[in-house]
Amino acid sequence: MAIVMSFMTNKDILTGSMPSTFTLDNYVRAFERFPLFQYLFNSLVVSIVIMIGQLVLSSLAAYAFVFLEFKGRDLLFYLFIATMMVPFEASIIPNFQIIRDLGWIDTYSGLAVPFFATAFGTFLLRQNFKQIPKELREASQIAGMGDFKYYLTVVLPVSRASLVTLGIYGFLSSWNMYLWPLLSTTNDKVRTVQIGLKQLQTQEQLNEWGVIMAGAVIVIIPTLILLFFGQKKLQKGLTEGALK
Amino acid sequence: MSQIELVGISKSYDKQQDVLDEINLTIEEGEFFVLVGPSGSGKSTLLRMIAGLEEISGGILKINGKSMNHIPPKDRNLSMVFQNYALYPHLSVKENILFGLKAKKVDKQERQRRLLEAAEMMGLTELLERKPRELSGGQRQRVALARTIVSQAPLCLMDEPLSNLDAKLRANMRIQIRRLQKKIGMTLIYVTHDQVEAMTMGDRIMVLNDGKIQQVGKPITLYNEPTNLFVASFIGSPKMNIGLAKFSKENKEIIVENQLHIPVDSAFVKDIHVHKQLTIGIRAEHLKPGTNENKDHFLEVVNVEQLGNETSIAFDVGSELWTAKWPGQWSIHVGQKVPVQILPENLLFFNSETGELIQSALKDKEQEVFAT
Amino acid sequence: MSMTNAAQINETTVFDMEPVKKKQRIKSFMKGMAFLLPSIILFSVFLFYPMFRTIYLSFFLTKANGDPTVFVGLENYINMFSSPIFLKSMKSTFLFVLYTVPASVIISLFLSIIANEKLKGIGFFRTMYSSTMGVSVAAASVFWLYLFNPSMGLLNQVLGSFGIEAIGWLTDPKWALLSVSITTIWMNIGFTFLILLGGLQSIDSSLYESADIEGAGYLYKLRRVTIPMLSPTMFFVITVTIINAFQSFGQIDILTQGGPINETNLIVYSIYREAFVNYKFGSASAQAIVLFILILLMTALQFKLGERKVHYQ
Ligand SMILES: Nc1ncnc2c1ncn2[C@@H]1O[C@H](COP(=O)(O)OP(=O)(O)OP(=O)(O)O)[C@@H](O)[C@H]1O
Ligand SMILES: [Mg+2]
Repeated sequence: MAIVMSFMTNKDILTGSMPSTFTLDNYVRAFERFPLFQYLFNSLVVSIVIMIGQLVLSSLAAYAFVFLEFKGRDLLFYLFIATMMVPFEASIIPNFQIIRDLGWIDTYSGLAVPFFATAFGTFLLRQNFKQIPKELREASQIAGMGDFKYYLTVVLPVSRASLVTLGIYGFLSSWNMYLWPLLSTTNDKVRTVQIGLKQLQTQEQLNEWGVIMAGAVIVIIPTLILLFFGQKKLQKGLTEGALK
Repeated sequence: MSQIELVGISKSYDKQQDVLDEINLTIEEGEFFVLVGPSGSGKSTLLRMIAGLEEISGGILKINGKSMNHIPPKDRNLSMVFQNYALYPHLSVKENILFGLKAKKVDKQERQRRLLEAAEMMGLTELLERKPRELSGGQRQRVALARTIVSQAPLCLMDEPLSNLDAKLRANMRIQIRRLQKKIGMTLIYVTHDQVEAMTMGDRIMVLNDGKIQQVGKPITLYNEPTNLFVASFIGSPKMNIGLAKFSKENKEIIVENQLHIPVDSAFVKDIHVHKQLTIGIRAEHLKPGTNENKDHFLEVVNVEQLGNETSIAFDVGSELWTAKWPGQWSIHVGQKVPVQILPENLLFFNSETGELIQSALKDKEQEVFAT
Repeated sequence: MSMTNAAQINETTVFDMEPVKKKQRIKSFMKGMAFLLPSIILFSVFLFYPMFRTIYLSFFLTKANGDPTVFVGLENYINMFSSPIFLKSMKSTFLFVLYTVPASVIISLFLSIIANEKLKGIGFFRTMYSSTMGVSVAAASVFWLYLFNPSMGLLNQVLGSFGIEAIGWLTDPKWALLSVSITTIWMNIGFTFLILLGGLQSIDSSLYESADIEGAGYLYKLRRVTIPMLSPTMFFVITVTIINAFQSFGQIDILTQGGPINETNLIVYSIYREAFVNYKFGSASAQAIVLFILILLMTALQFKLGERKVHYQ
């Protein structure tokens, strides 16, 4: 209950403890003083790009692990498992240097590309692809359909649901990313909304909590909406991906 | 129409044990060829090798005289119907039927023409816009068949296509498939583990056990002249009654399971005496009710099944359970001893050690000649 | 039945089988690689290479731009383990794990058991509980920053109304780590709740039905059916929460910046500060290796005990 309370209370600050006419004012001021639209747009672009990147890469990889047979496949599978043991935080220094040397600081690429490949996404989809009867592939082989076309026209549509799940998950975690955008952005042009919020918080006067809260609410609204719609799917997908 | 030739085909998954062993076989153009055998005997494996879905470990596969070992499935010009139908769940019936044609880039008008024709033939015209999950099992099956029809492939492979259907529907589909095959004239290789399907549908049957060919032949030949005990007990329902037997020269009789004494004349048993270990077989329909002249054998009834048009009666014979089928309705009780007629000309003789057939029943051969 | 003679078979098999097979093997290998290549390249560039580079850097002193200058062997490690600041950071990190993990899991378990009951309006609570998963670290930290605010914050106002003296939640060394932990627990709950609820819902209901028929009470069912059946999920949730705790950063950055007197200088924050504030990339790398080993141990444990796939941020 404490969770609900604290969550509600935060909103109450905005609507309750301050006069309601001022409430909108806070938002207006938040938008006026900070390029919030730019931040939101940046976050949206980065999150969508990461989401799409993850969907493409993990579905391709999962396809290979499920439908293709070739030498070294198992070895590569272990390699994918191994990636789960390397936390991004532990390799952040060279990653920063790579992005810097590529000239990708303050670019969308720098923010997004390092997160395209995910073992978690690959495993989640692999689990799902395995449930597609292999006769479907065989029927398509007899019809003369190649692997890539089969992947596009059968595997992806059939596993829509888990792609949506992974998409939601990818979007959520990209939107909420903090450490990497903090390191890899230095100006408002590409800064994501999370870092924007930190700027807002550090630069505002102490007594302007209303504005800060307005900013915070703006930050979480997109993800909350996504979560409300996708909660069931996410729960199912994560449980399956995690436990099987 | 395709003609298929298997030359010394074998398959092993782990390079140690052969799942299929030296299969030599020719399937003629336009033939309805049934592959039958118990579970795990390698039927699907063989079929999938013909389709190109499974690598051939040894031997040569020829279609229309050309070696096909390394030709990909799509270039073998065949269609396949799977046990679970392999319908694409996200596509409508129509798209499912056209799936292969689109992949093969058949032009649009031609596609449409074939679609309508196949839908008509399979009674699917009303269902074209539905998704597979909105169809009954029988309808799904018909969609799978329609897919074969539109492909116009000269060779069709079916792997237990009816095993997910209920008994009534299955009987119906048997006829439909048979009719379809005759109409189109394609070569059809049909895998089943159900010997009734095999008997009723095939032009020829191949019985497979443990990766080895047991017998290839017309259904009626397999029924009347099974080459060995395996085929004898596999083909026919109820299965053939089997018993260990000895031939007694002095008394001119055959002693079955140390219980039944069947008198025979010596002319009849030409080469049989050479074999000390005999196994005899007799079909259920040949265990006839005893008549006034012939009631030498009294057998104890252990089970009675009233089927309406006929009565199936089980007897204890030594260590074996024998079944008889008597036309009409018989009121017989368990435990009763009833007279049974066993004629030596109905007996099949097998070598107990090798299981090979020594001599088949005489009478049915005559009937066959008579009937054809 | 026609048979070709055996010699002919052997000839053909010997002649055209092997090269074709080899060609096909190469082809299927190329195809597999084509599907995997994008992932492999990105993993190599942004994961494997950085990992080895981190190990490499940890044996060097570096320039301000991160280029290695002098090879110093294990010196970075020796310095690190004799540095009171780093040792304190380790201690704080472990304490932080201890504070956050059991509490997160127990609270979520409790909530998910409630939310799994078939009550009216339960969907609303499910959404409510899981909503913290959609709240970013930054937003959550800002909310809590307000709650913890010494004068205006809700917590102290409530305390004040009971006549209790205000607490310096984030400024008092005694409280700071605890306050950060509370924030983290709150943030964890959304995810752990969602997974545990999923685990609960996947328990076969016939188990409960048969327990009902045998007349088992609610608590008995909880103890004998729910908890044992949930244990794989629990195990997964616990390891993931531990791994996440080791990787916490955002809440520190916003709430305390590692202070007061390094009380909340958790390992990732410590790495960040060492590398990007002090520009000592060598010793930061050494710390990163410690983090790597910690997480490696956790994942290995997870695989060994659960043989399950890990999932983290
Ligand atoms: N991919 C495989 N790897 C290893 N062994 C296999 C594989 N597929 C089949 N087998 C083995 O090959 C043998 C024959 O299998 P197959 O599927 O051809 O049998 P079947 O006659 O079709 O049986 P059923 O009637 O049950 O379908 C079995 O012993 C099986 O265990
Ligand atoms: Mg089979």
